[in-house]
Amino acid sequence: MALLDVNKLSIHFGGVKAVQEVSFSIDAGIVYAVIGPNGAGKTTLFNLITGVYKPTSGEIRLDGESIGGKSPNELAVRGVARTFQNLQICMNMSAIENVMVGAHLRLDRNLLKAALRLPTLTRRDAEMRVEAAELMRFVGLEKYIEARADSMPYGALKRLEIARALAMKPRLIFLDEPAAGLNPKETIEVDELIRKVADSGITVVLVEHDMKMVMNLSDRILVLDYGKKLAEGTGEEVRRNPDVIAAYLGAHA
Amino acid sequence: MQKRAYFGLYIVIAVLAVLPLVVPNSFYLDLAIRMAINAVIVLGLNLLIGFAGQISLGHAGFLGIGAYASAVLPTHFGWHPLLAMGAGAAVTGLLAAVLARPIFKLKGQYLAMATLGLGIIINIAIRNEATWTGGPDGMPVPAMGLMGFELTSDKHWYWVVALMLSVSVWASINLIDSPFGRALRALHGSEVASQVVGVDVVRYKVAIFVMSAVFASLMGSVTAHYVGFVTPNLADFFHSIELVTMVVIGGMASVYGSLIGAVLLTALPQALATFEGWETVAFGMILMVCMIFMPKGLVPTLAAKFGKGD
Repeated sequence: MALLDVNKLSIHFGGVKAVQEVSFSIDAGIVYAVIGPNGAGKTTLFNLITGVYKPTSGEIRLDGESIGGKSPNELAVRGVARTFQNLQICMNMSAIENVMVGAHLRLDRNLLKAALRLPTLTRRDAEMRVEAAELMRFVGLEKYIEARADSMPYGALKRLEIARALAMKPRLIFLDEPAAGLNPKETIEVDELIRKVADSGITVVLVEHDMKMVMNLSDRILVLDYGKKLAEGTGEEVRRNPDVIAAYLGAHA
Repeated sequence: MQKRAYFGLYIVIAVLAVLPLVVPNSFYLDLAIRMAINAVIVLGLNLLIGFAGQISLGHAGFLGIGAYASAVLPTHFGWHPLLAMGAGAAVTGLLAAVLARPIFKLKGQYLAMATLGLGIIINIAIRNEATWTGGPDGMPVPAMGLMGFELTSDKHWYWVVALMLSVSVWASINLIDSPFGRALRALHGSEVASQVVGVDVVRYKVAIFVMSAVFASLMGSVTAHYVGFVTPNLADFFHSIELVTMVVIGGMASVYGSLIGAVLLTALPQALATFEGWETVAFGMILMVCMIFMPKGLVPTLAAKFGKGD
């Protein structure tokens, strides 16, 4: 059975049908890419699956359990992590604290124990700090372990988001344009990082405009256009699909 | 960050320990007590405003509930003052918890309006229930007794309040650097990011709102017993604004900023008394200048200037 099953998913904003009857499924352990022209509904699709938007109709199943309309924090409990196209870093915190927030559900969140600084809680917290530093090294941010988030460059913040998502120990991670705004060298590094994440056994779903990266990384690709599914398949299948060529290069190509 | 934060706590404790030995007379001791009471309230309010990023313009209302619980229950029903204080805090916590859910569906100015309205309603209730509360004239409050020992002298009150302040500072520092505190700061920094990592944002907003309301209520009770008299002014809108101003001037999301804000704004009206009639104008000018040149508040601005974290 597929890890994620999306069936006839739609969302309408007033008259705008941002996502229309999109169906696909993702097997555990693969890298799955969602591509399409600007405004095709890729980020909206991510927002639907990760609970930021509630679907107008359709069904989303994670491991067979219906998760459509569940809030993001309920999905986090089920091991769904994500990053954002427009950075969502907490600038009021240090870099490592941003990563530690990712482990929110794995730590003791009790208010009273925290206020009284009980040793069980602080010991676990200290361990988490070590683990968070390791994660920062894993994503290539060893330089920034002591840094404040608001002093870091854009490319580093992109990876910080990935580190925060990994701190959740997710089963499924959604990466929304991880290479957007990065220079070619940084893009290659993120490419390698995503490969490492996938190799660690986490299922990766990716929205990305960098076609080289998409073709290089993805096991399967979903193509959206005007909120509808245009094609789905391996990189080779998608590349040869006449509808996809038309959407990307214009109808007469 | 942590070591430095606890270092600040030791300074606070040292200052609190030495202060009664150096104050020249009871006027200053009284001022110190009122500063410390405000500091505890402002600490709680700063957790809500500065750390969690949620506004409340009605906290004087919660303070009023605590103050009047301590006045009304022992006077009319013969309750023990400690029991009355606990009851006030419990009622405040319950009220805050019940109202917080609908209130925290709101954001920004709507949240400000809802909390403002709540504070005003509490104030009106206190003013109108004259048979119980003495109405606009207020009412006397019986003395606080602790195991046969009556808290009457300012010296005793000073030590009680100093202890409460020290514990509050310690607990606040602990809380901020814990999973709970990080979740609070994260929902301030990016609400959607905090949700995605599993923070139930409404629950956290409610929890910190209730906690800061209970802080205010407890200190309302302390104020009532210490002063020995309560008036509805304790619970009015201007008092709420004053508390928020202390948070902002001292520095949002800064524990020691809360203390500085409370100390300065409690002392300032006294210091400006020489201006006779113009003190409100002078007060306003000082606030304006502070906000224009130090929009982040005193402590964060100075800390950044001298290259130290808070």
